[in-house]
Amino acid sequence: MMKATGLNRAKIAQTVGFNLLRLVTVITVIPIIGLVAYIVISGAPAISWEFISSAPSNGMREGGILPAIVGTLYLTLGTAIFSVPIGVLAGIYLAEYAEENILTRIIRIAIINLAGIPSVVYGLFGLGLFVLFLKLGTSILAASLTLSIMTLPVIISTTEEALRSVPNSFRVVSTSLGATRWQTVRRITLPQALPGIITGIILGLERAAGETAPILFTGATFFLPQLPQSPLDATMALPYHIFVISTQIPGMPIQIQYGTVLVLLVFVLGMNLIATLIRSRARAKRQW
Amino acid sequence: MKEILVRNLSVRYSDDNESLKNISLEIESRAITVLFGPAGGGKSTFLRTLNRLNDLADLKEMKGEVLFHNHNILVPDIDVIDLRRKIGMVFSRPVPLPLSIFDNVAYGLVMAGEHDKEKLTHLVEKALKQAFLWDEVNDRLKDSAYSLSGGQQQRVCLARVLALEPEVILLDEPTSALDPIVTSYIEDMLRELKKDYTIIIAPHNVQQAARVADYAAFFLMGELIEYGSGIDLFQVPKDKRTSDYVTGRFG
Amino acid sequence: MRKQEKKGDLVINSVIRITGYSSILFVVLILFFLLREGLPALSSTPLSAIFSTRWYPIEGYYGILPLILGSLLITIASTLIALPFGIGTAVFLSEIAPPWLRDILKPIIEILAGIPSVVLGFIGILVFAPFFRNFLDIPTGLTAFTGAILLALISIPTIVSVAEDALNTVPNSYRQASLALGATQWQTIWDVTLPAAKTGVLTAVMLGIGRSLGETMAVMMVTGNAPVMPLQLNSLFRPVRTMTATIASEMGEVASGSQHYQVLFFIGITLFLLSLVINITASLVSTKARQRSERLLS
Repeated sequence: MMKATGLNRAKIAQTVGFNLLRLVTVITVIPIIGLVAYIVISGAPAISWEFISSAPSNGMREGGILPAIVGTLYLTLGTAIFSVPIGVLAGIYLAEYAEENILTRIIRIAIINLAGIPSVVYGLFGLGLFVLFLKLGTSILAASLTLSIMTLPVIISTTEEALRSVPNSFRVVSTSLGATRWQTVRRITLPQALPGIITGIILGLERAAGETAPILFTGATFFLPQLPQSPLDATMALPYHIFVISTQIPGMPIQIQYGTVLVLLVFVLGMNLIATLIRSRARAKRQW
Repeated sequence: MKEILVRNLSVRYSDDNESLKNISLEIESRAITVLFGPAGGGKSTFLRTLNRLNDLADLKEMKGEVLFHNHNILVPDIDVIDLRRKIGMVFSRPVPLPLSIFDNVAYGLVMAGEHDKEKLTHLVEKALKQAFLWDEVNDRLKDSAYSLSGGQQQRVCLARVLALEPEVILLDEPTSALDPIVTSYIEDMLRELKKDYTIIIAPHNVQQAARVADYAAFFLMGELIEYGSGIDLFQVPKDKRTSDYVTGRFG
Repeated sequence: MRKQEKKGDLVINSVIRITGYSSILFVVLILFFLLREGLPALSSTPLSAIFSTRWYPIEGYYGILPLILGSLLITIASTLIALPFGIGTAVFLSEIAPPWLRDILKPIIEILAGIPSVVLGFIGILVFAPFFRNFLDIPTGLTAFTGAILLALISIPTIVSVAEDALNTVPNSYRQASLALGATQWQTIWDVTLPAAKTGVLTAVMLGIGRSLGETMAVMMVTGNAPVMPLQLNSLFRPVRTMTATIASEMGEVASGSQHYQVLFFIGITLFLLSLVINITASLVSTKARQRSERLLS
């Protein structure tokens, strides 16, 4: 009799518990869907070819957001140029060359720290080193360099993980056939890890594209009479633009605000989607 | 003629697994030398010392001499890359590289710097013929090596090694993952290959060892117990431990 | 036999090694420049003044306590909100949800991870703040609470991912052993699986905390930016200001090298050190969860 009651109580607890967790998950997930849907619905009316392709007018209250879109593209490209080579090579070092010693531990701790530094502190750093000390001024170059260092940890980590997931037997076989360490990496390990590496790069760049704080004092500007002509020019950028028009411009039409947000969201989530597709396609195609 | 001379070889990994204690041995050239004994006896370690593949593992100690062409290949400034081309290895599980059949077989040559397409094609064909695989794959060399059966994959792995025209071929339990028919096929192949190559094989069971051995060495817990001709070791072993293992009293 | 023929590799191997060490260089560089611009603050402003309770730069008050407490309040509040939802969802995904459901929900949560914080701040201003103002009947919706909600949304994906990973790593044999002894799935989760994933879950929480502490834009947009000492009971529902928001909003208006400028950098040093402590602790807690976190934290 006791056993039966105990079991029933446990079963009731389980039903309650499971439903509680279901509720918790629903509460977590619904706002996400709601958020995205709300932005899409509110912003879609503002989207038109003019919106994407023309410059703003009337103090940003009318016209398009082309300079901000172009600026974000430049910054993303700039970030890629610096962070991809360094990040991938550093990842290769950790996965294929580094021994398990104190130096490697320190490197790993350094990466964790880079990953955890608040984005606004990166902005300060960029201001101190690139804008002022190296005298680059508020520029695409300074902002890109700042964003690249911020993006490094993601790229290094995903690269290392992707390389480590390649079976060690390949390395052993390649070495036994007379290949050097670099030859093995270049011909076997790296190509096999490439989808994972690319996914990581895209995710890193996606984050860089959406960041505001690091570019606040290093490269972003609100009003630009023309598109940036050189890397030493400052630029408009979508995240910064959104920030200013939603907090500092009186009489800013709501629809343009939502439209701008929608454009950034599409850009960022689009990259996310591409990365996911690459990842799942690679997993399906894998021969080992 | 002696191909390889091993003198007082001692090897220890940092986790003390499968180490070797003071091994001295002479490998006859153009013959099949069999290393046999229970698991963990050091056979794999021994093989991997011969082609310095041990360098990839966590070695704590490596003492002694291994003389190949009158040079001790254990010294640090030996050209291990070249050594591995001369002493090739086939592993217990077929491990095709994620490349086409052609690229698998040509891999070692390409790494060595051979880029002449014609030469590569010729050498690949020669190696595949030596591995008795040419007839089965010559029409699909560009296919992935993974499209082949287990036995075919293992022969690709053998062809890969043969393409480099080595002097010695090491085989570590090469047929443990294959069925008996394929196994016997590969054993025939080895008897054919020994005419041109020195073969050192660590089979996964005593029966295979007895079938193919010209010479045999019995490894037990890192020590070399006995060494001699195949007939001697399997039919009239000198050491009681050898005869106990061969007759199945322990394993 | 000749020497190792790796000559052609020498260049590429050196390049790889150098970039391998580069992370250390960058951390040192960041610390160096923060110190360079921020330490001088201590010569113009004594420590007692910096750690006082009034932040009003225009009149020369540089007390950062309200900012520190503001950050702490929001971080703690958001962690308290995010924990149950984050871990609850992680448990649901890892232990209860059928695979097809998991395949739908995980990408949705990843979407949240991808939404830029400025977008969340935007929604915070336009949707959450007015809602809370009406619903909770408070003078303004731009409060610590709104900030905490947004921060919870921001840190939940991190917590869910790392915790779910940790739960997945628990060997199935543990669960099966527990069930074989007559425990229900629910009991197994709380008595066996979750404790086994302890370090991973703890790491997830710490990463979430780190993320909340370092967030700038979302809090800047919705917390009202009033540098008051949040010591009263209703402070959660009043405006507050974080360290991050202070730097972001005031840096644009200061003269380079001025006292205000230096103190802002000093706040940056504080943030840097705080995140250092949190992240080193998190990494000491676990090594495997760490590798996933290096990827997610960013």
